[in-house]
Amino acid sequence: MASLSQGLSSGPVRSRSDSGPLLAYVLLGIGAIVMIIPFFWMLTMSLKDPSEILKPQFLPAAPTLDNYTQVLTRTLFPNWYFNSLVAASVSTASVAFFDSVTGYVFAKFEFPGKRIAFLLILATLMVPTEMLVIPWFIMATGVKLADTTLGIVFPGLITATGAFLMRQAFQSVPDELLDAARIDGMHEFGIFTRVAWPLVLPALAAVCIFNFLGNWNAYIWPLIVTSQRLTMTLPIGLAFFSNEAGSAWNLIMTGATLSTVPLLTVFVFMQKQIIQGVALTGMKS
Amino acid sequence: MSLKNRRVVWAYIFLLVPLAFFLVVRAGPTIFAFDVSLRAFNPMAEIKPYVGFDNFARVFKDIADPDHVTRKAFENTLKYVIIGTPIQLSLALGIAMLMNSIRRFRTIFRVIYFIPFVTSAVAVAWVWRALYMPDFGFLNLVLGLFGIPSQRFLFDPNQSLLSVTAVVVWQGLGFAVIIFLAGLQAIPETFYEAARVDGAGRWRLFGSITIPLLNPTIVYLAVLQTIAFLRMFAEVVNLTRQGDGGPVNTTTTVVLRVFREGFGSLNMGYAAAMTVLLFAMIMVISIIQFRLVQRRVEY
Repeated sequence: MASLSQGLSSGPVRSRSDSGPLLAYVLLGIGAIVMIIPFFWMLTMSLKDPSEILKPQFLPAAPTLDNYTQVLTRTLFPNWYFNSLVAASVSTASVAFFDSVTGYVFAKFEFPGKRIAFLLILATLMVPTEMLVIPWFIMATGVKLADTTLGIVFPGLITATGAFLMRQAFQSVPDELLDAARIDGMHEFGIFTRVAWPLVLPALAAVCIFNFLGNWNAYIWPLIVTSQRLTMTLPIGLAFFSNEAGSAWNLIMTGATLSTVPLLTVFVFMQKQIIQGVALTGMKS
Repeated sequence: MSLKNRRVVWAYIFLLVPLAFFLVVRAGPTIFAFDVSLRAFNPMAEIKPYVGFDNFARVFKDIADPDHVTRKAFENTLKYVIIGTPIQLSLALGIAMLMNSIRRFRTIFRVIYFIPFVTSAVAVAWVWRALYMPDFGFLNLVLGLFGIPSQRFLFDPNQSLLSVTAVVVWQGLGFAVIIFLAGLQAIPETFYEAARVDGAGRWRLFGSITIPLLNPTIVYLAVLQTIAFLRMFAEVVNLTRQGDGGPVNTTTTVVLRVFREGFGSLNMGYAAAMTVLLFAMIMVISIIQFRLVQRRVEY
């Protein structure tokens, strides 16, 4: 039977070996090249001298780091970096606490109005950001929040998705553990922070990573709420800079490289958690 | 106070800030968006009078006009959905099945395919602009190696929409692959073995086991990608010259129209009406998803 199933499953390439069919590796390899080439092109262009940009050649003849010096010293990139870092950190810190609290209450407490509160939060998931940017803008300018960090981050200080993920995580914490802490006279806030929270750290880490990524890359709302160059976040700054740069593609690609590399470094180090987190949230939704 | 009542009080204390947040930042603005869509709303004007469904009537009138930019926006958005979603899903499923069939280097392949997904849409768009450049862009250099004349891609009205779609598909591919891969790994190997014993060929296995058992995953991804294409904005703004959705409005989208009308022309009533329509489309798709997933396949 083994030989029959082999013949049927692995096709004409070759019989199933320990590592799998060769054709799969070849096709995946070609795909991987397609995924990587834009980044390769970005990097090589950022190392080109301006005189080489409009020449039909793949690689820089004399690689130079001049573009990087220029972008880092003569533009507002350092400010935009800082603004993005602050915005993503503030929102992630807030999400880490409030999404956890919300998830915890819905997983472990019974109270009048629970169903309505739950449905309210669930319903907000249906409404796309694009529908809210006009009201947010009117509200933010009304209370002078335009061009401030709080103005950039306020829509994402608590997220429904994160709260639901945390709820699922808290559901797996045994009630007996919390009740034991109650009998010991621990107050509810202490039970939450010291007993329940430490048991859901993997889920919390996933929520935080996605939130940080999402805020770091956020575009439409920061674009609307910032109008001054100094208050822009990295994506808004990069778009603004690139539009101004005209045909200085060496500088544009340097900006793109600078705004991608930190994130990609984080991703490569945390790829396992990130990819598992994606698979997890995907399966649960 | 009884222990039970004490816990109820604690629940309310815990939920105080989150509930206030969802009311003020999500639910309130949702109602406000409907309200704005019923007004002639210029944020600079003192009076923002109610005009009934005038904004909706104007949006529909503009959609009916074959040359109007709003018509183009809705038309293009639909094209992105219809072209992009099937391509993205079939590519992702193919790649996920290939990855599922190999034993070595699976992790490295997953990481590589996922990289574009964690990159900002703005950076991705500008890099692809460089790749698409006429004459000296990477793609035209490669075409040149095969003696194919330089293409204008984003600058050619006949190629622009597909060129934009390709970027979005490329960027989102890794996400769909990961979800498919998780779905594939959840299918018990015994199903395939049993079918092989019964003499089923590869296509039969694919059509009778993989696809039906993957149905919830396929529906989930189809809905997610459809919604993502409906909301397309950052890619188009950064792939087109001055973010105008050109050439000749061939790439513009609904959200780009919302942005231009609402924040460029300060015609917020009209823009809000378009967002309400967008919301309605997303609702319809979510309901369809709900119906489709209810139809579970049992073995």
